[in-house]
Amino acid sequence: MTQVSVVNLWKEFEGQVVIERVNLEVAPHSFISIVGPSGCGKSTFLRMLLSQEAPTRGAIRIDGKSLPAEPTEQRGVVFQRYSVFPHLTVLENVAFGLEVAASRLLGRLFGARRRAAFEGCRGILEEVGLDAARDKYPAQLSGGMQQRLAIAQALIKKPKVLLLDEPFGALDPGIRNDIHQLMLRLFDETGMTVFMVTHDLREAFKLGTRLIAFDRYRTRPEERELYGATVTFDIPLDRATAGERRQAMDEIAPRVSASADL
Amino acid sequence: MARRLINRHPTRIGIVYLGLLPFVVLIALYATGSAIRLADNPTDKLLPAFSTLAAAVDRVAMTPDRRTGEILLWVDTAASLTRLGLGLAVATALALLVGIANGILPYVRAGLSPFVVAFSMIPPMAVLPILFIVFGLDELSKVVLIVFGIAPTMMRDLKARVEEMPREQLIKAQTLGASSWQIVLRVVLPQVLPRLIDALRLSLGPAWLFLISAEAIASEVGLGYRIFLVRRYLAMDVILPYVAWITLLAAFGDVTLRMVSRKLFPWVEGERGRS
Ligand SMILES: Nc1ncnc2c1ncn2[C@@H]1O[C@H](COP(=O)(O)OP(=O)(O)OP(=O)(O)O)[C@@H](O)[C@H]1O
Ligand SMILES: [Mg+2]
Repeated sequence: MTQVSVVNLWKEFEGQVVIERVNLEVAPHSFISIVGPSGCGKSTFLRMLLSQEAPTRGAIRIDGKSLPAEPTEQRGVVFQRYSVFPHLTVLENVAFGLEVAASRLLGRLFGARRRAAFEGCRGILEEVGLDAARDKYPAQLSGGMQQRLAIAQALIKKPKVLLLDEPFGALDPGIRNDIHQLMLRLFDETGMTVFMVTHDLREAFKLGTRLIAFDRYRTRPEERELYGATVTFDIPLDRATAGERRQAMDEIAPRVSASADL
Repeated sequence: MARRLINRHPTRIGIVYLGLLPFVVLIALYATGSAIRLADNPTDKLLPAFSTLAAAVDRVAMTPDRRTGEILLWVDTAASLTRLGLGLAVATALALLVGIANGILPYVRAGLSPFVVAFSMIPPMAVLPILFIVFGLDELSKVVLIVFGIAPTMMRDLKARVEEMPREQLIKAQTLGASSWQIVLRVVLPQVLPRLIDALRLSLGPAWLFLISAEAIASEVGLGYRIFLVRRYLAMDVILPYVAWITLLAAFGDVTLRMVSRKLFPWVEGERGRS
């Protein structure tokens, strides 16, 4: 079980404060939905969790240990786009993580070991509904299939933390609903912790066990440089009933400008 | 209402005819010009009649040389293609190595990239005398000129291709546990190989240019050598078939590379035209 803590996190770009004073204690097996207006630093926050970006101040710890300085297998990721390798088939994309672990020199398996590794990927492919498409290239898949592939590819490494940056933003509503069911099922099965940035409040409430809203609290033009966004709402959802969720959503919708974008 | 011009497409047969049209026009113009000049002056050498061209082709491409017993065109072709092939192979290998390293390793990029840019600015023909002095007048200097002429551009092109790969892919590979070397081998290399073939196709023209130039200046055999040799006798009947043959070889190289690319990298077609 994985405990993530964020301690007094700040991020500045060339003097411009983007994120400030973020403190979070994340219980094991949490699904954190992150919402907030465009440009408030949600992706930046996720990139820091990924070690793609270093905090200016403060720290992020996973199970008490500071994050390594670069991305590692501990934290999986699904971006909105470009998450899968276009030159590999569906099956090869999923097997990638297994192959690089098993063959340090070539990053690639051959013969019986390759067959065994690929066979081992069939389960997760079936789970995300892509087994029939296993020999196709990503360009031959729909957007929803590509995102499901990206999820399967990340999950094969059994990451402690999964980071999702608007992973379903480009999908149409019907497909999004299917993928939500899949996401919830995988979340229950794996025991991992998920951070998901989204612009869709309904999605945030539906999937999250906890909802975090980022926003700037000083918005006058002359203050924009000096003050960043911080956590303005922090709502536990895991024990909330459907009614309570809807009520909370109605309450914060007008105050999280994310919904105004929609 | 008539459709816009950009939405009007020729039929399949139409495409073939339209493609052939400029060639037919060129041949017709040549035939007319040649007939007019020869009517004026039967010894004119500038635009030889087709029969004269055919006789010259028979002489250089079909009949073994009386002295050496070899067929001139094949000897020249073999010599030129060997030089060209070596030059292209070395340039491609260098471009792959330097281009990828420059594109993905910040330390190599900092050290090497400005040098490659500066190097690519040197006009290759200007250093040809140096190459002759350093590498001698035979094969090596010609191969080096081709490498010198095309490798820096290919290196820069490949570096740009590596850099324009979505950052997300490199991050994703790291989260899947791949090392720098594995990322190069399994993510970067396979994705720049089709680009490498594109770069090679674009370099074919300059490569021929440098080959012919080097052969024209110092050589005893080769397509470029032959053209410049017979120029002294105004032998247009040999020059024109040689030029046509070189063009054919270059076009064949281009088509072959394109087919190889399609065959080896089936995933590329779907990617093209995506933003
Ligand atoms: N590498 C960078 N250099 C300079 N400024 C940056 C950099 N990355 C992000 N920023 C700035 O940080 C701010 C937050 O960007 P970020 O991408 O995190 O926003 P976001 O909340 O994800 O927005 P969106 O909802 O539109 O995706 C923006 O003002 C952006 O200009
Ligand atoms: Mg973002």
